[in-house]
Amino acid sequence: MEFFEDWPRYFEVAINWSDRLLAGLWTTVQLTLFGGILAFVIAITLGLLAGSPNGWLRIPARILIEFFRGISLVVLLFWLMFVLPQIWMRNPDLPFRDLVYNTFLLGVIALGLNYGAYGAEAVRASLTTVASGQWEATTALSMSWPHKMRRVIFPQAWALMLPSLSNLWIHLLKGSAIAYIMPFVSDFTAELNQLRRPTDIWFSHAFVGLVVYFILALILTLFMQALEARAKHKLGRGPSLREILSPAPKAIPTEAPATARSAEPKNMAGPGGPSNSTPAGGVR
Amino acid sequence: MPTPTDAASTQPAEAASFSASDNPVIKFVDVEKRFGDNIVLKDLNFEVAQGERVTLIGPSGSGKTTILRLVMTLEELTGGYIYIDGQPLTHENRDGKRVPVSKKDQKKLRTRIGMVFQQFNLFPNMTVLQNIIEAPIHVLGQSQKDAIAKAHSLLEQVGLPDKADAHPSSLSGGQQQRVAIARALAMDPEILLLDEVTSALDPEVVDDVLNILRQVADTTNVTMLIVTHEMGFARDVSHKVMMFDGGHVVEEGHPDKIFTNPEQERTRKFLSAVLGH
Repeated sequence: MEFFEDWPRYFEVAINWSDRLLAGLWTTVQLTLFGGILAFVIAITLGLLAGSPNGWLRIPARILIEFFRGISLVVLLFWLMFVLPQIWMRNPDLPFRDLVYNTFLLGVIALGLNYGAYGAEAVRASLTTVASGQWEATTALSMSWPHKMRRVIFPQAWALMLPSLSNLWIHLLKGSAIAYIMPFVSDFTAELNQLRRPTDIWFSHAFVGLVVYFILALILTLFMQALEARAKHKLGRGPSLREILSPAPKAIPTEAPATARSAEPKNMAGPGGPSNSTPAGGVR
Repeated sequence: MPTPTDAASTQPAEAASFSASDNPVIKFVDVEKRFGDNIVLKDLNFEVAQGERVTLIGPSGSGKTTILRLVMTLEELTGGYIYIDGQPLTHENRDGKRVPVSKKDQKKLRTRIGMVFQQFNLFPNMTVLQNIIEAPIHVLGQSQKDAIAKAHSLLEQVGLPDKADAHPSSLSGGQQQRVAIARALAMDPEILLLDEVTSALDPEVVDDVLNILRQVADTTNVTMLIVTHEMGFARDVSHKVMMFDGGHVVEEGHPDKIFTNPEQERTRKFLSAVLGH
């Protein structure tokens, strides 16, 4: 078949463009990291406020969560990229001018707000999932709200919220591909798209894109699973970090792409090597 | 379990001296608790004197545990007043108006109250020692050194001197409950609330836990409000037993009298059911 005979040639084109692709990849990694950090801070802050017994804190937090969770990321980006600058164009004396024209920063903010609002729900839900007996024990010991939250409730909720946060971070990674609509920001998807247009060879680019996003997602997953194993170990559940190196499949985020789900256990067996081939429950 | 008739009375003679005229440590005035339309407690009035140990008995759903939870402020009081050492715990009566007390006053009052739960509720993210010293250091402001020394002596008292660095998940239920008792005692409570503390335990370790509580009762002057199904224990340690049914006090009195010669038919029926004769 002609299609398969041409494969090497297709990939040659992709390799020739590797500088641009790597630059795009670096942008995607930065968007994912900075967006993830901002989303995390927003998720924790809004999640704690939304779980507060004080209505003056809870209700504004709820409004923010519902708003940023409900709006489309693409529309939010359009507002930040194209509507916001109009205001500054007409009023050049307004402050934060540099910020408004920094499209990368706006992209990070959009990702952080959108996914942070989702994360806030995960944080709030995890806090309410901590056993009521734990809350009652802290009351019986007269702990203040910040004290019980910091020392007792949050460390337990942390183990519960990590799978959801892991899920959201992978969503954010893939959501960062929307950056290709942003002016002056060329992320990995944007570079792939650039490469597709003049060469008319779509297959290799699409394939490279598939694999690269999958590997990035896999790295995030492994990192978050390590955090989760550590958090659970601290609560006296599950052995230790060793568990993530075992070949038994762990709960994979349900909304992860099918490719990630089927390939995951195989890849996880890799770094473990033969010495770690005991099943997850194996005590050593 | 010792039956009411054969148990030698260990009641201290001064039991009779507890009376309403003593300054009550806990005072319920017209207490009402409802969950929605469901009235659990109504027009409840009783007093517990300094150092007095009162056991609440009765069928499940009679409101016993709710009383403990109201004292610990785990439930919201929907009517009436609770006084701790003469001070209003949740609401005060100001010229006939029911006014909530300040959160600050409530918190201050609450540090005098300790509670041990049916499900232990140890903090799984902390070691045994950290569980015990957390509140004394951060709530009462004790020094780390004092709190640790006290924790070790309490662990000795509950028979777990070598478990300070263990995690709760590695302990048996009986051991966890003993740590929970040590944790409550580390706060030096004036009032100790015991909510069915042996109900979740294997039968063979129930006596261990009860013996520790007997010892606490013998060696300290802490006021205790106890909900239990262990009638032998109730008879040994309490100065007064209150029989509840449907949110009302059916009968109250000295344990010897309640357990051997109850006045009310309802009490007699309940006791014969739980004692199995």
